[in-house]
Amino acid sequence: MIAAEIRAKSFGPAQVLRDIALRVETGEVLAILGPSGIGKSTLLRIVAGIDGDFDGAVVRPERLAMVFQEPTLLPWRTAAENLTLVHPDLGREGALAALARVGIGDKADLFPRQLSLGQQRRVALARAFAGDPEGLILDEPFASLDPDTAEEMLALTERLIAEARPATLFVTHSEAEARRLATRILRLAGRPATIAPDKEGR
Amino acid sequence: MSKAPTHPATIRALSLTALLGLWVVAAAISADPMILPQPWALIGPFWKAVVSGTLPWHLWMTLTRVIWAFGLAMSLGLVLGLLMGRMPAVDRWLDPWLVVFLNLPALVLIVLCYLWIGLNETAAIAAVTLNKIPNVTTIIREGARALDPGLAAMAQVFRMPPLRRLRHVVLPQLAPFIAGAARSGIAVIWKIVLVVEFLGRSNGIGFQVHLYFQQFDVAMVLVYALSFIAVMLLVEWLILQPFEARVRRWRGA
Ligand SMILES: Nc1ncnc2c1ncn2[C@@H]1O[C@H](COP(=O)(O)OP(=O)(O)OP(=O)(O)O)[C@@H](O)[C@H]1O
Ligand SMILES: [Mg+2]
Repeated sequence: MIAAEIRAKSFGPAQVLRDIALRVETGEVLAILGPSGIGKSTLLRIVAGIDGDFDGAVVRPERLAMVFQEPTLLPWRTAAENLTLVHPDLGREGALAALARVGIGDKADLFPRQLSLGQQRRVALARAFAGDPEGLILDEPFASLDPDTAEEMLALTERLIAEARPATLFVTHSEAEARRLATRILRLAGRPATIAPDKEGR
Repeated sequence: MSKAPTHPATIRALSLTALLGLWVVAAAISADPMILPQPWALIGPFWKAVVSGTLPWHLWMTLTRVIWAFGLAMSLGLVLGLLMGRMPAVDRWLDPWLVVFLNLPALVLIVLCYLWIGLNETAAIAAVTLNKIPNVTTIIREGARALDPGLAAMAQVFRMPPLRRLRHVVLPQLAPFIAGAARSGIAVIWKIVLVVEFLGRSNGIGFQVHLYFQQFDVAMVLVYALSFIAVMLLVEWLILQPFEARVRRWRGA
């Protein structure tokens, strides 16, 4: 279960977020939609505990995983090492299996720079699910991929979420992606941004 | 078709040969072995110094001091640089010190160390270390400031323990800076070690150079200086350059 109550978040004089309360139960996928620059990544960084400088409180589970807007892999470690360094219990075998599950089992010993962006995103996805997370945070994990690859990644993520059933917070600006993956959708709007009342009542 | 040499090792050998040629020409022009002996005139004295054991002994003494000072300056500079690069408050307080020490002439620091600590090994190594720390700190601080915040966030979310974070997230990013500091460090350190020995030790290359300087023995001064340069070149080629190549492996991949 993930619960967050953010009364205010500012960068210097500029307030970015206000009065946001959200709660994601185990097995639920909450999508957050909003235009670019509204504060989606800022919200996720607060929920993930990366940014502690805000007014409010967050409850997050012990085992938390995140897929960042960029793949954020260690460029000096191979794909397999990128998994085992974060989840040592996995071991080499576990890392290979995790990479195979996202369809790049043959790339285990390549460095991130030797992988395409789509393949790097798959490693990031494998890294997130390898720890059997109770809470999962996805920040536009399919951005800047061609439609076919994005679709393939989306199907893959859908399957992995169905297996692990974490409390998932999923940010995107694609309505279609949100409808596909989420059990519930919230919209950020305004300046400072807050949760907009949902017209469609989904 | 022109056959310009391209292999780095070939170019290196040719370049050193050219320097040797320059020496031969200069020696021929001066035509006075008291001022500049021919290179081959050094072989006899060199061999005698090696066989008697004096050259290896002094070489070893200097090398030990270089290793100590290098190790101390690198590790203290690394810690200070990381602290200053990551914590603005520490940086604001220590930066003026850094500027003072960066601009303190090596000779002043050496003399002060000898005066305050005494004419002993501790003073000698402390003097060299203190001379080098500000430099290492400055370079490492640059690296620490440039650390990728995205990777730090990743390590934090996935709760990587501090030591693993240091080893696999921070140090690889600092590696080019560490290599740079090591490279410039080793060159400066051995020169300062020689001055330290010249001024206040009774062994080492610097002491021997002092001795032969007083006897106006150019040949022996050259023998000792060149022997140590050779050792440092070996260190550069056998240790520093392979280390750099390994550290950069993932970039070229
Ligand atoms: N470290 C920071 N310092 C100052 N302002 C920031 C910082 N990080 C973000 N902002 C500002 O906060 C606002 C929200 O940024 P954020 O990255 O959360 O947007 P986003 O909704 O994720 O956009 P996108 O969809 O393009 O990723 C932006 O106006 C941005 O300029
Ligand atoms: Mg964003």
